[in-house]
Amino acid sequence: MGVAKYIKNEKDAIKEVIYQSGIKVKPSYGPEDLEKAGFKYEKDLGAPGEYPFTRSIHPQSYRSRAWTTRQYTGFGTPEETNERFKLMISNGQTGLNVAFDLPTQMGYDSDHPLAQGEVGRVGMAIDSLRDFEAAFKGIPLDRIGSGLTINAVATIMMAMYQAAAEKFGYSKNQISTTPQNDILKEMIGRGAWIFPVEHGVRLVGDSIEYAVKELPKSNPVSICGYHIRESGATPAQEIAYAFEIAKAYIENVVQRGIKPEDFVGRFSFNLNVYGNLWEQIAKFRAARKLWAKMLKEEYGVKDNKNLFLRGLFGGGGSGLTKEQPENNIMRGAYYALGAALSGAQTTALCSFDEAYTIPTPRSALLSLRTLEILMDEVGLRDTVDPLAGSYFIETLTLEMENKIIEEMKEVEKWGGMVKSISNGFVQRKVSRQAYEFEKGLQSGEYRKVGVVPVSEKGTDKDPGSEPAAVELHEYNEAWAEKSIANLKELRRTRNGKDVAECLKGLEKAAKGSENVMPHLVKCCHAYATVGEMAGVFRQVFGEWKEPDFY
Amino acid sequence: MLDINDIISGDQNTGARMIRLIEDRDPSAHEVLKAIYPHSGRAFIIGITGSPGVGKSTLIDALIAEFRRLDKKIGIIAVDPSSPISGGAILGDRLRMQRHAADPNVFIRSMASRGQKGGLSRAAKDAVLVLDAMGYHIIIIETAGAGQTEVDVAGIAHSVGIVTIPGTGDGIQAIKAGILETGDVFILNKCDRPDADAAEFELNMMISMRPASPGSWKAVVVKTRALDGTGVKELAQVFLSHYAFLNQEGRLEKKKKEIELRYFQGLVTDLVLEKTMAALETSKAYREALQKIELNGTDPLSLAETVMGGITISNFNSP
Amino acid sequence: MAINKKIRILIAKPGLDGHDKGAKVVALALRDAGMEVIYSGLHQTLDQIIQSATQEAVDVIGLSIMSGAHLPICQKLKAMMQEKGLVHTKLTVGGVIPHQDIPKLQEIGVAAVFPGGTSFEDIIKGINSLFD
Ligand SMILES: Nc1nc2c(ncn2[C@@H]2O[C@H](COP(=O)(O)OP(=O)(O)OP(=O)(O)O)[C@@H](O)[C@H]2O)c(=O)[nH]1
Ligand SMILES: [Mg+2]
Repeated sequence: MGVAKYIKNEKDAIKEVIYQSGIKVKPSYGPEDLEKAGFKYEKDLGAPGEYPFTRSIHPQSYRSRAWTTRQYTGFGTPEETNERFKLMISNGQTGLNVAFDLPTQMGYDSDHPLAQGEVGRVGMAIDSLRDFEAAFKGIPLDRIGSGLTINAVATIMMAMYQAAAEKFGYSKNQISTTPQNDILKEMIGRGAWIFPVEHGVRLVGDSIEYAVKELPKSNPVSICGYHIRESGATPAQEIAYAFEIAKAYIENVVQRGIKPEDFVGRFSFNLNVYGNLWEQIAKFRAARKLWAKMLKEEYGVKDNKNLFLRGLFGGGGSGLTKEQPENNIMRGAYYALGAALSGAQTTALCSFDEAYTIPTPRSALLSLRTLEILMDEVGLRDTVDPLAGSYFIETLTLEMENKIIEEMKEVEKWGGMVKSISNGFVQRKVSRQAYEFEKGLQSGEYRKVGVVPVSEKGTDKDPGSEPAAVELHEYNEAWAEKSIANLKELRRTRNGKDVAECLKGLEKAAKGSENVMPHLVKCCHAYATVGEMAGVFRQVFGEWKEPDFY
Repeated sequence: MLDINDIISGDQNTGARMIRLIEDRDPSAHEVLKAIYPHSGRAFIIGITGSPGVGKSTLIDALIAEFRRLDKKIGIIAVDPSSPISGGAILGDRLRMQRHAADPNVFIRSMASRGQKGGLSRAAKDAVLVLDAMGYHIIIIETAGAGQTEVDVAGIAHSVGIVTIPGTGDGIQAIKAGILETGDVFILNKCDRPDADAAEFELNMMISMRPASPGSWKAVVVKTRALDGTGVKELAQVFLSHYAFLNQEGRLEKKKKEIELRYFQGLVTDLVLEKTMAALETSKAYREALQKIELNGTDPLSLAETVMGGITISNFNSP
Repeated sequence: MAINKKIRILIAKPGLDGHDKGAKVVALALRDAGMEVIYSGLHQTLDQIIQSATQEAVDVIGLSIMSGAHLPICQKLKAMMQEKGLVHTKLTVGGVIPHQDIPKLQEIGVAAVFPGGTSFEDIIKGINSLFD
């Protein structure tokens, strides 16, 4: 995915360029385009670090601080993960990003029949606080923040993190955690959902409310346009859907009598960078502006710091190809360039082999070096938003803004994101787009270098390619055995009466409108398992039924 | 040929393959159907119909749970339209009932309309017959109304539930269009929506205008929220009480006779059509007529009469 | 009336992995190729897959697996198919499948393997060719 449509004449001259978001690009741009688009410096741009932040959220941007990068870790057992954490910290990492295995993501204990074959495979297996104690032992949780890549049971992991920190003697207001906690995007794209939509959103609301009141340094939600884009959304839809998701969460929290001003500053975004370079740059610039405008005008947020679109702009897995994987090294570099020209604060780059295997240490290092080259050699730190004032970029940014608004309106016409996901509108839309795009790629209507259209297969235009060597996540039966043995031992030795009582409290909160978070913290301290806590939710909320797909 | 004993003993694999033969219009299906016919006639057959997206599949999913609680064996036939362009289909109804997939006492079968309207009613009816012979106590047929698949559920089911939702006026519209007469139970789904009460009122009003003869079933409106099962217990009870009502005073027998009559008429129509067409399509006159149409000029009305060998359209009007 | 056969295929995602873009995109392609696709959704157990395939009398089960567990899953499913008498049904699998695993899958009795990146045309041809 991720290229514009080029309509050419017989002589290979470009007749028309249409971006994925549906914007046509002219052969050249001039002042008249800005005028036609109604561009006004003060209104649309302003100085970097000033409302509406189109150019940057900081006045100095990379001059004062280069971007930070993130690496995703967590595998097998908590003990092994702990060793890796310590290594990363000694290498200078200031934040950890934790990956969980699928059973944990889905709220099952390691001994659940559905967990078979999956324990520890794509991340670490967490059954109880014991595992968190092992994973975070010796980590200075007052200095090191942790991103938790978890959604459906993010509340449980947030509680678990707090409980572990408390066990180690840190207080709630010292710790900083950012669970991904974006259940709505799971329903559009990644599929790790459990509960029905409105209960899922309620849990997100509980965690935000709790963070506002009890965890001053934590950012309770990271909204992932990223995965929505990976599922087939256009760049404009990526932003539009991410913002509509944000609105759904904001509205849930506002209903609890909390002012947007008090929490929206803690939202962060995880957005994608692959695709046409200009479209990406315009997307991020328009997104920064729209987010600030929306919060200010619709939600009355005043403090500039609360209007920042913060987050990680990176990745781009769907832009990579399995064919001729070395080309992905180049793609990655240009995606990174796009992120830099867009003013990304934090980034992470996909590794070139990610399209078909788990990245090797060598390819991961190459990604890191690519980012360093941009900042230290190529000159991306020299000045803030170097493309500002370009006739093309400013026109495109305005057009992008309109597209995003158009896509948002469509969702709102259906009654907002919760409804649009419940009735399957968004999922159908992105899957169909993914299908149409893939069809276009295979027929040669869109071109990606190295991908041979079906009509050219086996002709002299087809260089032929060796199948790439695929390596899969390592799986070690011993992880599961160990987790299950630990779990058995835990169930035998913990205070069963305490556990039952805490779970009962949790059930009561889940059934009513009381915030579940304090109960989850209690359950974690009592060594209730993830499966038990999620089980309470399963029983009270039921499980989501996907809308039908056609 | 499939072993009919396997069907009547309820073997799912054989039953499913039998339904496959039916929808593929395999000639061997007829004999098997004949053989299992005497073993059918025990099931209570419910039809659920309504515009696309009103929540039929979700409701059926909840109804299955309810009927399973009463220890009934449940069979489902869910019909979705085929793509008019490719002839293929994505059959999505099962998705919403999938939690019951591993329950051995539930049998869910999706069917595509395959572009045949009348023919599909037959296939659905035949499939119901198979499930009936297999021993399912309750069989539910899901079809979208509003011109989509046009399965005539009233011609198959003992009890017809029509699903509408508040707010759209769409359900009411459908009722105005004449379906009102065929419904036994009116299900107002998605009652979590704000205007549910107004819709219920309107629905009751419409129903009260149905001509009612003494002793006839009084149609019932049930409000549901299929997503969390609210109202579905009542709905199940309403269907069962309609069944109990039918079982009094020979009503069910009468209904079954009507259904059989329609079935017979459908079969005869199909057979006549099949046989006549088979004969016609190989005839010289028919091929010549096709050519003439290709070349333009001759009117299709006269050509049809020529092909039919002197049977003119007006002949059909005489007794 | 004339015989009116169509290929019926169950598209299923076994296990906990929720990446369903591939499965959905392929479902659309098969529909457009004139097949009847039963889409059973995410997080399916093998029991659910077997029961669905049985009741739907499908010609093909198409699994989409990204987790790397394709070998044990196919092995187990194939055995269950045998046991349930699904002798007419072919098992196919797509997703993240290393090339070196294809012979192993064939040995297990998987009728066709479509690793990520296989074109729609090849998938459609591959499935059609199972019924020549
Ligand atoms: N709000 C609300 N939504 C519902 C309810 N029942 C079903 N839905 C939603 O309505 C949508 C359509 O549900 P289905 O059960 O697929 O509807 P259907 O009538 O079977 O649809 P077709 O088979 O396509 O005609 C889904 O997104 C359901 O989640 C309900 O009671 N309330
Ligand atoms: Mg349906």
